[in-house]
Amino acid sequence: MPSTPMSGDVLSEARATNAAAPILSVRDLSVRFKLPQGAVTAVDRVSFDLHRGEVVGIVGESGSGKSQILLSLMGLLASNGSATGSARFENTEILGRTAKELDGIRGSAMSMIFQDPMTSLNPYMRVSDQLTEVLMVHQGKSQREALGIAIDLLDRVRIPEARRRIGLYPHEFSGGMRQRVMIAMALLCRPSLLFADEPTTALDVTVQAQILELLGELARDLDAAVAIVTHDLGVIARLCDRVIVLYGGRIMEQGTLDEIFYDPRHPYTKGLLASTPRLDERTHGELLTIPGQPRAAMGDLPGCPFSPRCALRTAPCDSAMPPLVADAGGRRLACHNSPLEDRRP
Amino acid sequence: MFQYVVRRTLGSIPTLFVLAAITFFMMRVAPGDPFSGNRRLTPEVLANLRRAFNLDLPLWEQFWRYIWGVLHFDFGPSIKNRDYSVSELIGIGFPTSLEVGMWAMLVAAIIGIALGIAGALRRNTSVDYSVGAIAMVGLAIPIFVIGPVAQSYFGLHLRWLPISGWGDSWTYRILPVLTLALPNIAYISRLMRGSMIEIMRTNYVRTARAKGLGERRTILRHALKGALLPVVAYLGPATAITITGSIVVEQIFSIPGIGRYFVDAAINRDYPLVMGVTLFYGSIVIFANLLTDIVRGLLDPKVSYE
Ligand SMILES: Nc1ncnc2c1ncn2[C@@H]1O[C@H](COP(=O)(O)OP(=O)(O)OP(=O)(O)O)[C@@H](O)[C@H]1O
Ligand SMILES: [Mg+2]
Repeated sequence: MPSTPMSGDVLSEARATNAAAPILSVRDLSVRFKLPQGAVTAVDRVSFDLHRGEVVGIVGESGSGKSQILLSLMGLLASNGSATGSARFENTEILGRTAKELDGIRGSAMSMIFQDPMTSLNPYMRVSDQLTEVLMVHQGKSQREALGIAIDLLDRVRIPEARRRIGLYPHEFSGGMRQRVMIAMALLCRPSLLFADEPTTALDVTVQAQILELLGELARDLDAAVAIVTHDLGVIARLCDRVIVLYGGRIMEQGTLDEIFYDPRHPYTKGLLASTPRLDERTHGELLTIPGQPRAAMGDLPGCPFSPRCALRTAPCDSAMPPLVADAGGRRLACHNSPLEDRRP
Repeated sequence: MFQYVVRRTLGSIPTLFVLAAITFFMMRVAPGDPFSGNRRLTPEVLANLRRAFNLDLPLWEQFWRYIWGVLHFDFGPSIKNRDYSVSELIGIGFPTSLEVGMWAMLVAAIIGIALGIAGALRRNTSVDYSVGAIAMVGLAIPIFVIGPVAQSYFGLHLRWLPISGWGDSWTYRILPVLTLALPNIAYISRLMRGSMIEIMRTNYVRTARAKGLGERRTILRHALKGALLPVVAYLGPATAITITGSIVVEQIFSIPGIGRYFVDAAINRDYPLVMGVTLFYGSIVIFANLLTDIVRGLLDPKVSYE
């Protein structure tokens, strides 16, 4: 539990929360896949902390390794994948555990919301059975008790007529309603750690906002640590306290929402922001795009993965990966050619 | 549901009619008739016989008379087995065929599904390869080889089981049931393995894992239902074919089922018997398909009885 702050001052409260022991501590997490033509590194020595009550966004373009970070922590990597490094959840190592060992916390203390609510719910089971089984397995609740809790939670995620609808099958729900079911499913055992992998990508734009708001509200109520993966900076802006920017399986930059949005340092982060349409800015005609193709996550090339597309590229960029350096406030940056020192007065 | 069954049953009548028509006219187009093989009959006797079985009437009239009879559940007399009607012969042969066929499909379904699951869950291990080898044998070696080999080994060499024939003892059932089951075990295990592997890769099985339900529950409650669907779709028609008497197996093991009558009837051009057995087969296949669709509806909520 985070220690109670001495004063009511908002800033010091934030510091106190951050100073408290993280609930999840990831160090040098790498994910590799074995393929017939050799090994592929999808995630490369990634380290970060998550604290209770904060929402951290992991952003990066397709193939940057976002999903694999979450899946490896949940013990859900594909059979040809393996994770190395360390991840301590509530001071217990969770990496390299067998499925059986993880089953004690998966779905209860630590749970995950998947991207595609159409395919992530079992089409052959009633929603009620898919919800109640979680409580029955983890908390030994009776079917009746579990059903009561599940209905209450469906009410909380604002599914109308929850008592009746809980007996339906997933295909009888709309996409947005299904994602609400997924969220309820993940929250049944009141987890302290919640992962969400692009929870709104498959949904209509109008529904996206509602779902994000709901997710933020529920996470706050639980005082859970939330990691949300997305390639949509709009999602980050709405929900997150801190942002991790991923490229080619590596952390390029990490900071608070304000730091990343108003003072990006890494050329990739800048490009990402410039290529995102913003409501508060008038873009003239076409959107900016980052030139070049994302590097395929093949092999372990030396140097910075972003260098082939980088405008600031210099000789060292191709030969050595810039170290991820941190400043006193915990902001981190990996770039040979951008300074981390605070330029603001 | 009841409405659905009624609708499907009524819908099968045209199918059976077409089946009857095709069989009837194809048989008649082929040269010869039930008595043409018999040289000792004088032309007068032959003419009388033909008249007795209405074979002298125009083809169309014969056909309508036959259909009229069928509508009254009268399938006519057998031409070769003089003292029996077609219905009686089917009534004598079918229970035996049904018994052998049902056991064979039951054994095949249980063993095939179990082997398929084992192969899928222990993919690319010795378990998987052994299951694959069994399937190869079952699919590659035809029944008319497996049957005699089993007969000579278990019957002649080891003397554990009767070589052929049919009696009250269960020992008569084992070899024909296993012979009939083996190709089905092979096919079902392949089918089950493939669909299980596919289902284990779905997002919803990943969700079940993420929920920490445990491997057992994940497989039994989340994966099995979906994986069984293709197997059920195969089992229906396959069962229909098997319980209506495997011609080959009934010949090899001298089993008095309807498969044997069918062969005899076809060789002897026993028109009413061929027609009767064909329509009976057709009805069973249609019934099995209906049953399959009902079971699929029970497994898959997306299938509706509309
Ligand atoms: N089973 C696998 N075998 C080999 N490579 C894999 C496997 N699964 C994922 N990868 C690779 O890992 C890399 C990272 O994948 P990941 O799913 O984490 O991307 P992502 O950032 O989530 O992208 P997206 O936005 O498209 O979901 C990709 O290059 C992908 O090809
Ligand atoms: Mg992804």
